[in-house]
Amino acid sequence: MMTVASAAATVAGAHEAPEHHHYTTTGLDNRKIAIWAFIGSECMLFASLISTYLIYKGRSVVGPLPHEVWTSPSGQVFQPILNIPVTSASTFVLLMSSLFMVLALEAVEMKGKPGYTGLRGSSKFWLLATAIAGAIFLGFQAYEFTSFVHEGLTIKTNLFGSSFFTLTGFHGTHVAVGVLWLMTLLFIDMKRGLGPKDALLVDICALYWHFVDVVWIAIFTLVYLIK
Amino acid sequence: MSTDRAHADHVHEHPTWKQYTWVALWLTLITVVEVWAYYVPAVVASRAFVPALLIMSAVKFTVVVMFYMHLKYDHKLFRALFTGPLVIAACTLVAFLFLFNHLSIG
Repeated sequence: MMTVASAAATVAGAHEAPEHHHYTTTGLDNRKIAIWAFIGSECMLFASLISTYLIYKGRSVVGPLPHEVWTSPSGQVFQPILNIPVTSASTFVLLMSSLFMVLALEAVEMKGKPGYTGLRGSSKFWLLATAIAGAIFLGFQAYEFTSFVHEGLTIKTNLFGSSFFTLTGFHGTHVAVGVLWLMTLLFIDMKRGLGPKDALLVDICALYWHFVDVVWIAIFTLVYLIK
Repeated sequence: MSTDRAHADHVHEHPTWKQYTWVALWLTLITVVEVWAYYVPAVVASRAFVPALLIMSAVKFTVVVMFYMHLKYDHKLFRALFTGPLVIAACTLVAFLFLFNHLSIG
């Protein structure tokens, strides 16, 4: 039976980060357990939002509609509103941001080690690249929302509008929080530098960022591609 | 004690730079195939369209979780903390689809 003290000592030794250790009896850092528990709860939040979208799918009595042409009683024709090329581009940007994020984490973990010089070892560059990619994704979303409103679809128009804006709006808010988090890490990196002892801080942010990415992978297929 | 140490070392095992880049390439390729399928009427009309999209999406989801989120290499407690709620969420979603007649048996 391992005691709290011996578990902490074992892991602190292995991780070489004994300054303010947060290790539990499992030998795992409580902050990392917390972020995984948070991500688990977020799975259920997004499942409820996706469920709502799917339940309402095809039940709107007025347009505009996602994949179908709709003609109003006054004869006005509304084209399918989803813009797949634009969303595909934003999906690609978000996927690339996940790559930049793992490269940022690796640059922090391996800082000062052989082979991690120049761009490869520049955590500032990769953190900035991730934040920019996140901001570009948000720009695409702002463009999409604005064009939908101009085409007559608001959150109050129909069931599709209500569930679509709620789902993608919640996701966009998560991306915005992630961008702020990344900018905070970048600020710390510029001020005092992030090194291997800070790897967990970046790892926790990275887990959140990748989760936002996997949620979008599901939304892209379920909302945009499946007619 | 030695097991704990071995475990602690295992926690820090990560894919390499090259593997990360390959994962990104595969994710991009799968996304390209998904979008291509959306624009081919014969594919959209086939019964395999929706299952194929769902499988491709699930593969992308799993790849990101396993490699980028390091769940393949991390402690099993993290796996449980993620997959437990994910399974509950997926079951709830499917149950709702049955409840509201979007899915049916037979």
